[in-house]
Amino acid sequence: MILLVLIALPILGGAGAWIFGRNQLAARVIALVSLLADLVISICLWMQYGTGTLENGNWIITLDYPWMPDLGIGLAFALDGISMLLVVLTAFLGVISVLISWNEIHERVGFFHFNLLWILGGVTGVFLAMDLFLFYFFWEVMIIPMYFVIAIWGYENRVYAANKFFIFTQASGLLMLLAILGLFFVHGSATGNYTFRYFDLLGTPLSQETARWLMLGFFIAFTVKLPAFPFHPWLPDAHTQAPTAGSVILAGLMLKTGAYGLIRFVVPLFPGAALEFAPVAMTMGVIGIVYGALLAFGQTDLKRLVAYTSVSHLGFVLLGVFAWNELALQGSMVEMICHGLSTGALFIIVGILQHSIHTRDMEKMGGLWEQVPRMGAAAMFFAMASLGLPGLGNFVGEFLVLLGAFQVHVTLTAIATAGLVAATIYSLWIMQRVFHGERRGQWNVPDLTALQTAVMAVLIAALIWIGLFPSPVLDTARGAILEMQRSTGNARILEPPPQQQEPGREAIADGEEMK
Amino acid sequence: MNGVPPEHALMLACGLFLLGMIGLVVRRNIVFMLMSVEIMLNATGLAFVAAGAQWGQPDGQIMVMLILAMAATEVAVGLALVLLLNRKFKTLDVDSASTMRG
Amino acid sequence: MLDLLWLVPTLPLASYLVLAVGGKRLSRATVSWLGAGSVGLSACLALALGAGFLASPPPDHRFVQVLWIWMNTGGFNPAIALQLDELSLLMVLVVTFVGFLIHLYSVEFMADDEACSRFFAYMNLFVCSMLILVLADNLLLLYLGWEGVGLCSYLLIGFWYKDPENGRAARKAFIVTRIGDTAFAIGLFLLFVHLGTLTIRDILELAPAHWAQGSGMAVAAAALLLGGAIGKSGQLPLQVWLPDAMAGPTPVSALIHAATMVTAGVYLIARLHVLFSLAPAVQNAVAVIGALTLLLAGFSALTQRNIKRVLAYSTISQIGYMFLALGVGAYSAAMFHFFTHAFFKALLFLGAGAVIMALHHEHDMFKFGGMRKEMPLVYRTFLIGSASLAAVPFVTAGFYSKDLIIWESWSAPGGNPWLWGAALVGAFITSIYTFRMVFVTFFGEPHGHAAHGPGIRMTLPLVVLAFFSIVAGFLELPHTMGNVTFFSDFLHTVLPAAEAENGRGNELLFQVIAAAVSLSGILIAYLLYYRRPAVPERLSEIPVIGTLGRLWFIGWGFDWLYDRLLVRPYDWLARVNRRDVVDAVYGAIAYITLGFYLLFSRTQTGKLRQYAAGIALGAIITIAVVIFL
Repeated sequence: MILLVLIALPILGGAGAWIFGRNQLAARVIALVSLLADLVISICLWMQYGTGTLENGNWIITLDYPWMPDLGIGLAFALDGISMLLVVLTAFLGVISVLISWNEIHERVGFFHFNLLWILGGVTGVFLAMDLFLFYFFWEVMIIPMYFVIAIWGYENRVYAANKFFIFTQASGLLMLLAILGLFFVHGSATGNYTFRYFDLLGTPLSQETARWLMLGFFIAFTVKLPAFPFHPWLPDAHTQAPTAGSVILAGLMLKTGAYGLIRFVVPLFPGAALEFAPVAMTMGVIGIVYGALLAFGQTDLKRLVAYTSVSHLGFVLLGVFAWNELALQGSMVEMICHGLSTGALFIIVGILQHSIHTRDMEKMGGLWEQVPRMGAAAMFFAMASLGLPGLGNFVGEFLVLLGAFQVHVTLTAIATAGLVAATIYSLWIMQRVFHGERRGQWNVPDLTALQTAVMAVLIAALIWIGLFPSPVLDTARGAILEMQRSTGNARILEPPPQQQEPGREAIADGEEMK
Repeated sequence: MNGVPPEHALMLACGLFLLGMIGLVVRRNIVFMLMSVEIMLNATGLAFVAAGAQWGQPDGQIMVMLILAMAATEVAVGLALVLLLNRKFKTLDVDSASTMRG
Repeated sequence: MLDLLWLVPTLPLASYLVLAVGGKRLSRATVSWLGAGSVGLSACLALALGAGFLASPPPDHRFVQVLWIWMNTGGFNPAIALQLDELSLLMVLVVTFVGFLIHLYSVEFMADDEACSRFFAYMNLFVCSMLILVLADNLLLLYLGWEGVGLCSYLLIGFWYKDPENGRAARKAFIVTRIGDTAFAIGLFLLFVHLGTLTIRDILELAPAHWAQGSGMAVAAAALLLGGAIGKSGQLPLQVWLPDAMAGPTPVSALIHAATMVTAGVYLIARLHVLFSLAPAVQNAVAVIGALTLLLAGFSALTQRNIKRVLAYSTISQIGYMFLALGVGAYSAAMFHFFTHAFFKALLFLGAGAVIMALHHEHDMFKFGGMRKEMPLVYRTFLIGSASLAAVPFVTAGFYSKDLIIWESWSAPGGNPWLWGAALVGAFITSIYTFRMVFVTFFGEPHGHAAHGPGIRMTLPLVVLAFFSIVAGFLELPHTMGNVTFFSDFLHTVLPAAEAENGRGNELLFQVIAAAVSLSGILIAYLLYYRRPAVPERLSEIPVIGTLGRLWFIGWGFDWLYDRLLVRPYDWLARVNRRDVVDAVYGAIAYITLGFYLLFSRTQTGKLRQYAAGIALGAIITIAVVIFL
């Protein structure tokens, strides 16, 4: 029941914000209150169930109502460690995005918050849905309000960006729909039970050929969302043209739905085919890391630069997911969360800057540290997080991913590690161009307000906390990850590290994958 | 009774239909286009008559009555439209009325 | 007592936090007290801990304090844990003590700077990171300290951020060291995947058990870690960042780029020496790299005009000596040179800083001149430091440490005559460029007038460091001169002594040669730069020598090479692909679709006859299809 509440709160809150939208303050407050309630509930859930032992295996809460039994569609939701973390992140970033659009959005405020909250409701639904039809439903609920947010409240090239975003994600979503229907029919004809329920569809007997095609359908949809090279071009435009809150949610949450889909659906539903495809996927990830970083460095539009860094960071996530061992998956989870926080913060800073100086062109910027030291210091912090400085959360994620991936594919991991140098190049370039150097523009830029400083402080604290004490996050996700490893276990078995064997054994062969 | 073989009638109908169609496509004056449409309709009527004679059923001739009635209504509406067209475009050239294009 | 170990890095960290958040609101005096005082407190604490450690050493000569488990997943559970043994104690003492003196000096040096609190905040963060690096009990925590010092180095080199050149130098430093760090990280992965742990102690035990000598894994791991060490310590081929790092304030150069951060690579190799001895090829490479670097850097130092760049190249060169020692297996000799070098190099930098400040931030040595009369105390301490650097026999610490390395490069198991020759030539060059610096700066006619001499806060560190530049050497006297082995005995539980192969050579003879070499270098410098200052000018006009001189001036062209090979292509690639070639693919799809749209919309002509024709055609085709298929 509480799962429905988690989804209903943003949905109803959004509707409420629209209805009372004539009064701007009322709309904002309703939105904020509903998201805060969401946050409180999800944090309470986390603290209560997060790291303890659970009754239903690794599923913390499940919910299953029949909806359209003749079509095999049910109202099935479930929460496990992975979705728990992502739901908390959703509520958290939701609150933050409402707070930072407080002074930025002034037209049609009610409708804006309606769209914003429905995106969040859709995202929450995506993370919780356990019925494939329902999952697709929430997938669509997520995309359409985002289109409106970009197209109405965005910047100069917003319509192009919104269209591009919509076409990319919708087209790939349709491929996923085909795959869902395919799976539905194959399962039905094999077992006689026509159902969309995830738990029933696990372990469907599939021929290799069918499995490959179905997996590809899902895979393409999720990698377009992620976005993985070569499906990434929608991202820079969408991120750049979206209003700040839209960028934060896009980068912080929507991209993670792609990764979540990979972890939850692609590999467990089609383990053989997915893991056979893994080297290709990991290569895509590594190319994304390096290519994204290269492109980021070449931009003159500050927001576009930050957008490309998302491509780079999510390359790590893709690499981790398809390495498919505990270390790598844990790393992917941590990286997902920390990327959301750090890139979200960078978008906020860019948004604040753009609001003051009305440009994103880095060629016009320079020497701003003097005027806005607090903003500069915050930007420095998040730039360091972006490049993977140890002690901050992103390092934990990236290191675990690389460590896990090293066990599977040495060369790709080496290239990915070199990607960290590229990350350094663009992060330092941001600082140099915008905040250091000679002063170029003649603006009078105000430093961060109290509210903005508070938001930055919270994000900084979160990143340091995850960087030095990642245990709560790691422990929460562990159960779910181990369970998934076990269920797909026959497809890939990894030798445990030698410390558990007696010393004196002869050297282990190269750490290449063992089947 | 020996009369005209049905194939001949059908061929005549076919020929008339084709002539009407060609006339419809080729002529630019809308009145002549309407006349071509009439020829096509009558050709179908002839085909129906021939078929009715073939099978010895009255249905063919009933269809002709239907066609005659429909043709009359159609001409009434069509000529009214021709009048309006002429008033708007000052010509009976149907190619001049091509503002609804992409 | 030893339980207070965690306070040693935490005190500077606390000071950093206070200064970072509220530094602007505090008075200059408070900032200075916090900044310098926290490091001073750490130093006192370190001394007390050291005394306690020496008085009653813990079991196995190793004290570990686990603060908390950092990560725990998939069999990977590094802890935030500090270990204190003789090696880390040595490093901690040097870092805190020399660090404190430099902080004290900075109070006066940065007195006019308005961003004083930011400076001390970064300096304190640096000290904290360096202490974590040397106290880390596992390689992941060490990596944290490693990157932390890299970060602080970047922040401090680019401290005066308004000048884009400083920013460029700072970025160069960070990026080049990060390249080394990539190798380091891959080495960490390899170690974990094959040995199952990153705890240093366990690695040192498991590696010999699992890997045969010279096996591929050992070589790979050692080589990768060497890559990291090269980056951080500014050795070939990643030495290009150090000379440019002189863009930062002088105390930064003294602390980070002379005494501590750049020696992190030396510490790493010394700490993991077991791994290196499993891979003799790599260890040999360490020695060769050290030898090459010390020569190349020495020649470059000969031609520099900026006094700080001379010292920078000198640092690269001296660390080359430390690498050389590590490479031949003389680990404690390397640490001994690190120990003495910290004192005299910091002294030289601080002294140079005093001169620079007095002459209004002039850096060109040839615009100094005659400072001996203007700043007598600085002159005397600088002279002591230079003597130590040049290894003047008997009375300087540098003599004992450098001489030990020169001897070991011949006599140690990994040593050979080529290495010895390189070390000797390097010593010769060192004396020349060092005393070139002394004569040009402090003798001759003054070109500028010293504004005012340094105050007590700058002179006291100079005096203390000068004292140690003389006395520190007496901890380890060679066999031929009293055979004092305090230093190597102190370290012997951690770093085994190099087995000297007796009969390889007459130690006394070699020492005489070394002493003669260093003294003759001083003589040459005297002749060229004091007696006949016009000669170097005329020498550089000879075509061959002139070209050589220019080559050395630009650091043997490494910067040029990297610029052409790496920097410019990357830049170009990023710029050319700005609009993203992959986007063009999707743009092409959109373009083609638009083409189809334009094509098909031509069928909507609005002409009735064409529509009729279309209907007719369609009907005919459909019927034909139905009839014939």
